[in-house]
Amino acid sequence: MDSEQVGLVAGLEIHQQLDTACKLFCGCPTRIRPVEEHNGEFYRYLRATVSELGTIDRAAEEEMKHIRRFRYLAYDSTCLVENDDEPPSPLNEEALEITLEIAKTFEMTPIEQVHVMRKLVIDGSNTSGFQRTGLVAVGGTLPNGGRVESICLEEEAAQRVEDACFSLDRLGIPLVEITTSPCLHTPEEVQETAAFIGMVLRSTGRVKRGIGTIRQDLNVSIRGGARVEIKGVQELDLIAEVVRREVRRQQELLAIREELLARGAAVDEQPVEVTRLFEKTGSSILKRAKVILGIRLRGFAGLVGREIQPGRRLGSEISDYAKRCGVGGIFHTDELPAYGVTADEVAALRAMLDAEEQDAVVLVAADRKKALCAVQQIVRRASLALEGVPEETRRMLEGGSSAYMRPLPGAARMYPETDILPVSISPERWGSISAPELLVDRARRYVAEYSLSAATADQLVHSSSLSLFDRAVAAGVQPGLAARTVLATLKELSRDGVALDGIGDDRIIAVLGAVQEGRAAKEAVPDLLRAVAGGAPVDDAVASFAPAVDADELEVLVDQIVQERIAFVEERRMGALGPLMGVVMAEVRGSVDGKRISELLRKAITKALG
Amino acid sequence: MTETFASGDRVACTIGDTELSGTYITDRDGMRVVKLDSGYNIGVDPSRVAFLERTSGGDQPAVEVDQDPALPELAIISTGGTIASRIDYRTGAVTSQFTAADILRAIPGLAEIARFRTQILATILSENMTPALWQQLARAVHDAIADGAAGVIVTHGTDTMSYSAAALAFMLQSPVPVIFVGSQRSADRPSSDNVMNGICAAATAVSELGEVAVVMHESPSDDRCAIHRATRVRKLHTSRRDAFRSVESAPIGYVEYPARTVTLEPDAVQRGTRPLILDDRLEPRCGLVQFYPGMDPVLFDAFSGYSGLVVAGTGLGHVSSACIERLGALVDAGTVVVMTSQCLYGRVCDRVYDTGRDLLTAGVIEGATMLPEVALVKLMCVLGRTRDRDEVQRLMQTDLAGEVLGRSPHGL
Repeated sequence: MDSEQVGLVAGLEIHQQLDTACKLFCGCPTRIRPVEEHNGEFYRYLRATVSELGTIDRAAEEEMKHIRRFRYLAYDSTCLVENDDEPPSPLNEEALEITLEIAKTFEMTPIEQVHVMRKLVIDGSNTSGFQRTGLVAVGGTLPNGGRVESICLEEEAAQRVEDACFSLDRLGIPLVEITTSPCLHTPEEVQETAAFIGMVLRSTGRVKRGIGTIRQDLNVSIRGGARVEIKGVQELDLIAEVVRREVRRQQELLAIREELLARGAAVDEQPVEVTRLFEKTGSSILKRAKVILGIRLRGFAGLVGREIQPGRRLGSEISDYAKRCGVGGIFHTDELPAYGVTADEVAALRAMLDAEEQDAVVLVAADRKKALCAVQQIVRRASLALEGVPEETRRMLEGGSSAYMRPLPGAARMYPETDILPVSISPERWGSISAPELLVDRARRYVAEYSLSAATADQLVHSSSLSLFDRAVAAGVQPGLAARTVLATLKELSRDGVALDGIGDDRIIAVLGAVQEGRAAKEAVPDLLRAVAGGAPVDDAVASFAPAVDADELEVLVDQIVQERIAFVEERRMGALGPLMGVVMAEVRGSVDGKRISELLRKAITKALG
Repeated sequence: MTETFASGDRVACTIGDTELSGTYITDRDGMRVVKLDSGYNIGVDPSRVAFLERTSGGDQPAVEVDQDPALPELAIISTGGTIASRIDYRTGAVTSQFTAADILRAIPGLAEIARFRTQILATILSENMTPALWQQLARAVHDAIADGAAGVIVTHGTDTMSYSAAALAFMLQSPVPVIFVGSQRSADRPSSDNVMNGICAAATAVSELGEVAVVMHESPSDDRCAIHRATRVRKLHTSRRDAFRSVESAPIGYVEYPARTVTLEPDAVQRGTRPLILDDRLEPRCGLVQFYPGMDPVLFDAFSGYSGLVVAGTGLGHVSSACIERLGALVDAGTVVVMTSQCLYGRVCDRVYDTGRDLLTAGVIEGATMLPEVALVKLMCVLGRTRDRDEVQRLMQTDLAGEVLGRSPHGL
């Protein structure tokens, strides 16, 4: 694929959860809960409302085709604000501060007065039927010369548990949305830019980590195609592939359009009821359907089944549109006979709809209301094939292909949040915000200041325990020991099944501090952490595991051991040092650094040998 | 440099080195509020907003809504229409929209239940409601019923809805349902309870009920509304959808949603069992005051010259000994004083403790099982009808509209 030749234009929208103490508009913790811990549930309906400008957003309008009863799961860590049963609290200042830090890093200009808006979303993922969002800053720069258009502070949506059931623990977690201009021109550039923005976000040290805490939406179009937004790309490494597949999809759709126009294709407006044709069919879906409607697509034969992306055909696109009415899917003649439908039935179907060889027929089976709604959607999508690539919001499928979600929303989805007062960002406040040190810069600093290897420094800055490392070093722990503990020891212990979760950074630092003070040997760190994880207080663990031996005592002990084995020492001279090390170590049970023992032994042996 | 903009003007804002175009909305807190083309509103210093062009106002096309002549006709009377309100982007203010077409468009399912005619009585927040408006409302409802309405729906702000409902229950006997309804979440949000409450209110208004009632969410879920007797209902939560609860008695019925099935309890008054009678006399110079420990007795003097005063006392219906004397003085000067309880649940009984007996001696009337605000509204009505002290006492302690319970149910 030649990106330049196809005229690829892409932009990114990156959504990152912030690691704040409280949610954006209430005092609930930003903690994700296992679904089985929910302690309440309730049911709601949502419906589209008109915007300030008196119009209904087209995405919301489509959502209204199939009114659903949503089920919400509540927890002891959620409140009436998530339930949409209490007005929101003022905007979380901590979240705004993090957003401003990020804006500063991209050299953006803050909005003087931020107005919280309601972005209409009635797919059930927000109990209110809207996502609260505010534009915080605009006009940033990227290292490749591209632009960051805007940064918005939003509330996270509820997590879909299944179908129409949502979990409220995630709803309201602060989220920044960073939008680049359509300034990216190759799949690789899109992926690299996403990686860079991700690195900037993590540099704050105040964003959530782990699966689902960052999501990339991609805006992709090619020359002659259309802007398509692909939502919910969670894996960075897939971004380039998603872009490549979307380019192919748009190219294929344009090729299909050429072919359709060449054939003089057209879409029937009215369906034909064909329920009786399938009374005795071997297809269980068609057999038990209340109503089966057929619609003729003239000149579409062979094209409905044409692959446009791995695993996706034009038929899949048509099916996605139909599913918005609550039907399970469609059948089309490019894939029949199959699924229990015989060649004779297909022939009868074609005859009944006057379908010629070049024509395709699409079937939909459901109750009458849903089937009629689905036919309208089939007609709509098939007609769009004659125009080329429809503007759409799509969701990523496993592997990097995508499926239709809804039309691209417009400005009509925005409505002011009348329950929240605007927030001013004064020049003083903006001036007091400092951009965080970027992780790449920090890695360089670790190499320079702490003499760590570049590889270790790089591992450290990408580690989820980076703050532990910094705190340990600040507390006087030798950087090498702190790095080894963070990158190796903790991982090994965790692999061995030691429960480190509850141990807390403070106690880990206390253990390392004991080593630094000479109260324990660094060799004892794994055993000490094991004991502390098992519930022992740090000092007890140090005492029991590694009885403290002070410097004088140690010298006396070493002298004593050398004297007791003086014959051996005289015989082996310095060769006795190794074996005697083991004797001393056993006596002090790992509480003293090996290097120090070695020094003392060398001194004692030298002295004993006169 | 401050130009005068009109709402709806196309403008350009300069934010740093970024220029953004949008629509001017209003000036607020020294800032120009602009709706950017992305849909986001922002506040910008006036010096950074430049005029581009004036646009003509895009009026909404009027949508005609068909009403089915085979359906019963309901009257909807609005006192402060939130049921179909939305923000006017030009002014930033919430505007009420209240033609029948507006309402049917806002709540599409209504057209399947009845035909509607609408009347705007007031457009106020319900905390600004007054006894004079209760009277106007009673007359309007009366006229609608006399004019053949099969039922009346009163849309009302939720804050004082139970006061107004109780006032109508005392002023109006009705052969058809008079249903008060509101919403706890504004109508301009997709999750508003106005749709379900509106549908359930309409279903109740065409049902076999024959009294004044409040119809609101029964639980946080959109699956059932409770029908509350006007004199037993209270708003018990500031914001929840199911804030309205019947106090010390069960709701008189329920409406399933979206099925719209109405079930009435045996004690609900049935349609057509009472004649249409309006008695809208009212004595507005009545007060309601809550007693608290350490309350300065002179505060009661503020009500001197009032025709009536309801006291929300503690427990069985008490005030401090120091306050009794002042209440006695009010009674002696001609103010009717009625004792109710802050407990809300249970019966006032001033014959158990000394302070209670002293209150009775001072001439205070026990308010039986009446909620304090219901006792207030009733006292206004009763004093509007008679000034005979014994008759006032008799009426205050007689059940007129479900407010005085003959027996005390034993639940909380």
